[in-house]
Amino acid sequence: MNTPSPQLIVAGAMPATRPLFWSVRRELWENRSLYIAPLSVAALALFGFLLALIKRPKDEGLAPINPSFQPTALAMPYSHAAMLLVLTAFIVVIFYCLDALYGERRDRSILFWKSLPVSDLTTVLAKAGVPLAILPLTVFAITVAVQLTMLLLSVAALLMRGGGVATLWSHLPLFQLQAVLLYSLAVITLWYAPIYGWLLLISAWARRTTFLWAVLPPLAISLVELIAFHTAHFGLLLKERFIGFAPKAFALRMPDGSFIDPHFIPITQITPGRFLGSPGLWIGLVFAAACLAAAVRLRQYREPI
Amino acid sequence: MNVVEARGLRKSFGKTVALDGVDMRVEEGRILGLIGPNGAGKSTALHAILGLIPYQGELKVLGRDPWSERDQLMRDVCFIADVAVLPRWLRVSQALDFVAGVHPRFVREKAEAFLARTTIKRASKVRELSKGMVTQLHLALVMAIDAKLLVLDEPTLGLDLLYRKQFYDSLLNEYFDSTRTIVVTTHQVEEVQHVLTDVMFINRGRIVLDCSMEACEARFHEVMVHPEQVSAARALKPMNERQLFGRSVLLFDAVDRQQLAPLGEVRTPSIADLFVALMGEASNTNNVAPKGAAL
Repeated sequence: MNTPSPQLIVAGAMPATRPLFWSVRRELWENRSLYIAPLSVAALALFGFLLALIKRPKDEGLAPINPSFQPTALAMPYSHAAMLLVLTAFIVVIFYCLDALYGERRDRSILFWKSLPVSDLTTVLAKAGVPLAILPLTVFAITVAVQLTMLLLSVAALLMRGGGVATLWSHLPLFQLQAVLLYSLAVITLWYAPIYGWLLLISAWARRTTFLWAVLPPLAISLVELIAFHTAHFGLLLKERFIGFAPKAFALRMPDGSFIDPHFIPITQITPGRFLGSPGLWIGLVFAAACLAAAVRLRQYREPI
Repeated sequence: MNVVEARGLRKSFGKTVALDGVDMRVEEGRILGLIGPNGAGKSTALHAILGLIPYQGELKVLGRDPWSERDQLMRDVCFIADVAVLPRWLRVSQALDFVAGVHPRFVREKAEAFLARTTIKRASKVRELSKGMVTQLHLALVMAIDAKLLVLDEPTLGLDLLYRKQFYDSLLNEYFDSTRTIVVTTHQVEEVQHVLTDVMFINRGRIVLDCSMEACEARFHEVMVHPEQVSAARALKPMNERQLFGRSVLLFDAVDRQQLAPLGEVRTPSIADLFVALMGEASNTNNVAPKGAAL
């Protein structure tokens, strides 16, 4: 019955990344909301866009009212769909992170996962990979698919009404939109990494009510600071962490001095050098790494609840 | 080589001492039953062996330190805890895929062959399976792994008799051989006693008895004493006395069989009787009622 030799060869040949790959797949099996939620939102966005196309009066074509304004107006529904998807992904990821290392303790399945030759580091990395890589890429792919479908629908509608396709084609900055979206997703993901790290740490540590443990302590610190010292440094720090990436990753003023319209950010306005050079990014990443290291350690110690 | 070797193993949770200086040694090819009342420290001992909890004292499993080398150790060790452990959202096919993906010693065909003899469907989720089927699935996964040590923590808890019998039959007939070692805890002592090669009683974190089944048979005798011989039998200092059908049954530790034969019918006590005698004794001397049901 025991023929260990062929398996021993396999054992030697098994690459170290395989447990990581399967651990990530396990996360996708367990958390189907990671792709079902964005897909549902995508379907809703397409449905809304279709309704708008049908409702649009015939005579309102794509005649240039204001040539300089047109790309933004044309891009509006496309970037709305993208913003909606990014927001959905952010909400999904918050709940994912809070449950990632908590759920397996609550349902005792951690005993099963730990009975397999997968290290705590691999498991935590797989779980961190979801907010840091899997979901941003999923959202990008879904958004691109949605935008291309919207484009096809517009072209079909325009063809049926006879006209405007060339205008749409030449004025809709779709590829620029998508390039800026990819850049923005990378920026947001890196900037929010400490938030994800914090949530994963709480999910590895808390015995119950992970959401409260994640949210209340930062709020309490801000409040105590405000009452005791009449200052709001910590609160400002939090605010900076949530929205502070924008002025670093983008030049917020157009060359003509006006503010950029978030519906259509020209690719010329991105400032990756300034973003990568900002201390806030690197401090955040160090904090995220520390949280993940602590989560790995906690997973080793923590038992089923 | 000893598969498990522990010296002075200690573990406490707050003020509760779960393991109070446990020494144990399990050799290759043995089936050790770790038996004790609820809260005696059985699961704690197993969890320490599996690297699931930190501990004090010395512990080596297959020559490794389980706490710091858990993931390496799990290539050679399998674990089935009670049935609630497989995640409820997991599909049977996903369970096979995952274990095949991460375990270098998993032979998928073996697991498939075992599952083919059950009514478990590949597309089912664990939550859709009965308790017995979940255990069958877990057993199918574990038996397909060419491991050196199998740790079973109440593996048949909550299962009906048929599943329980099947579980141990499969393990013995298809899995166990001289290169494998099994450590099992269970409350259903009667069902495993014919399977075990060694037995260890644990109570309040201490080992009360540690011997092989052969040694147990040589050491302990139970005598259904003839009524007229009762006082003579009592003089030999039995460790336990109980009444059965109006006759006294006395349990002796290390009293020669020849000496006991004239007193009544001598036989080898069951593990359960031995357990009650030893644990009863332990709780009397400590003057504390045993926690929960003993068996």
